[in-house]
Amino acid sequence: MSTILTHIAISDGKIKRSSLEVLSRCTQLANENGHESEAVIIDANASQHVDNVKKYGVSKIYVIEDPIFKNHINTPLLKALTNVMEQADPYIFAFASTESTKDVLGALAANQDAAVLSDVSEFDLIDGGIAATRPVMAAKILSKNEAKDDKILVSVRSGSYDLAENEGDAEVVTIDFSFDESELKATLREVIGASGDKIDLSEAETIVAAGRGAKDDEGQQLIQELAETLGAAIGASRALTEAGIMDPSLQIGQTGKVVSPQLYIAVGISGAIQHVAGMANSKVIVAINKDPDAPIFDIADYGIVGDLYKVLPPFIEELKKIKS
Amino acid sequence: MKFYVCIKQVPDVNAPIQIKGEELIQDTNRMILNAYDASAVEEALVLTEEHGGEVEVVLIGPDKAKETIRKALAMGAQKATHIKTNGDENYDSATYAAILASFFEDKEYDVISCGKQSQDTDAGLTGSMLAELLNLPYATNAVGLDIEDQQLVVKRQGDTGQEMIALPAPCLVTCSNDMNEPRIPSLKGIMQSKRKPMDDVEIDSLEVEQSQLSAKTTVTGYSEKPEREAGKKFEGEPDEIAAEVAQLLDTEANVI
Repeated sequence: MSTILTHIAISDGKIKRSSLEVLSRCTQLANENGHESEAVIIDANASQHVDNVKKYGVSKIYVIEDPIFKNHINTPLLKALTNVMEQADPYIFAFASTESTKDVLGALAANQDAAVLSDVSEFDLIDGGIAATRPVMAAKILSKNEAKDDKILVSVRSGSYDLAENEGDAEVVTIDFSFDESELKATLREVIGASGDKIDLSEAETIVAAGRGAKDDEGQQLIQELAETLGAAIGASRALTEAGIMDPSLQIGQTGKVVSPQLYIAVGISGAIQHVAGMANSKVIVAINKDPDAPIFDIADYGIVGDLYKVLPPFIEELKKIKS
Repeated sequence: MKFYVCIKQVPDVNAPIQIKGEELIQDTNRMILNAYDASAVEEALVLTEEHGGEVEVVLIGPDKAKETIRKALAMGAQKATHIKTNGDENYDSATYAAILASFFEDKEYDVISCGKQSQDTDAGLTGSMLAELLNLPYATNAVGLDIEDQQLVVKRQGDTGQEMIALPAPCLVTCSNDMNEPRIPSLKGIMQSKRKPMDDVEIDSLEVEQSQLSAKTTVTGYSEKPEREAGKKFEGEPDEIAAEVAQLLDTEANVI
């Protein structure tokens, strides 16, 4: 019997849904294969989240609580992850593929001499390791991969698995942790534009994404109004973040965030492959574009060919009626 | 500051791709400088032009990858090292990191930089692996770089905001392609690149442990991503089609 350990990511004081998706998958794999599913929470207020994690059928929850984890800093996070690997001795250590994970996953693998597969969309246990599917070539192609080792790290794209609660009576293990800040070679000076109470793009159920076609004030206002009407998060194509019109943390695509909401409304976005790589897994895609040949229409479930300034006002109006 | 930029030659993801059997076939076989690495080269050039210093590029790859090294030299890098492979090895991120770590063992530098991922596999692991192997402070996913008092100041795109991180030299940084538009080499740059020094290094001479050269991960095959089918396209009076789609999202797609 081995341990499958899941890292529970906390962002803005909340558990990231994507890490509960990964945990749901790991508990399922553990149950099917006679392994133990365990979790680790590393945060300034880690113990607050224990009850929520208990609902996912884990047998043990490791807690590492320290004020240093208030902001993401790679050195202490790496130290905490190393500590938990030494204590829990996991066969598989799974993560949600967040920016924080991406920052430390390679370093942790090198430190622990573990095999690693990043950003997978599916994974399964096989003899001696795991098999996983990864989107490659700007997410146009799927590659099948295997990792074989006695320690394997894997990070999973958000939206890859459904949440599944499970009975479990988890033992809570607090791992002592201290970090001398004077040991830090790198200094985090500040965090700019932290999203606060805005809806997290990578977790949102509905996303309104704006492209080049909606770059002026009127377009931005319409985007805002549509998002408010639907309770949606706002995203952007690279054209708008590069032009400084939208915050870079809102960029969706191969370089930005990968999203998989229930409803994705692309407004004035042509659908370059780099953008599509970040949103093609949305359940329902609506595209509004005045160019009938825009590639976004090839993947849209509902394509509206028209000028967004003429289409959005009646669209918002109708949605408001439906909502009330 | 002395910059070493690690670069990689990758297939152009924009060129047509086919799958035959489970093999990936690119008809054009067009290989290019990884776009994220190109941004790392550009940023190193901008910083050394402003603050002084030198940019050297390092590439692991087969002979064909020399054209990609020339591209970086034509952009303005002063020197290059080509760590030569046959091109048929099964290397993963960890193998590349181990080879680079051996190469850097006896080198002097202020900053090692590279792209945050390679645009064909998007794995994004090699940078932080190399930092760990060399025990360097590092930051990934940089969207802006600056030099202040011999420190590298990195603006990193994190989960919730942009983190401003100061790294003392020597350090490592991985770059996003959002920070700049890599320059297109001038004719003069291309001519000069042919006379710039390029060292060839055999992997055997780097004394990488054999266990580190055998990859723990393998690619076992490729398949097409199931295509999304185009749905319904609505053209006509904006008022009418907008209302119709809004209704369908509620009654048919059930997502409102």
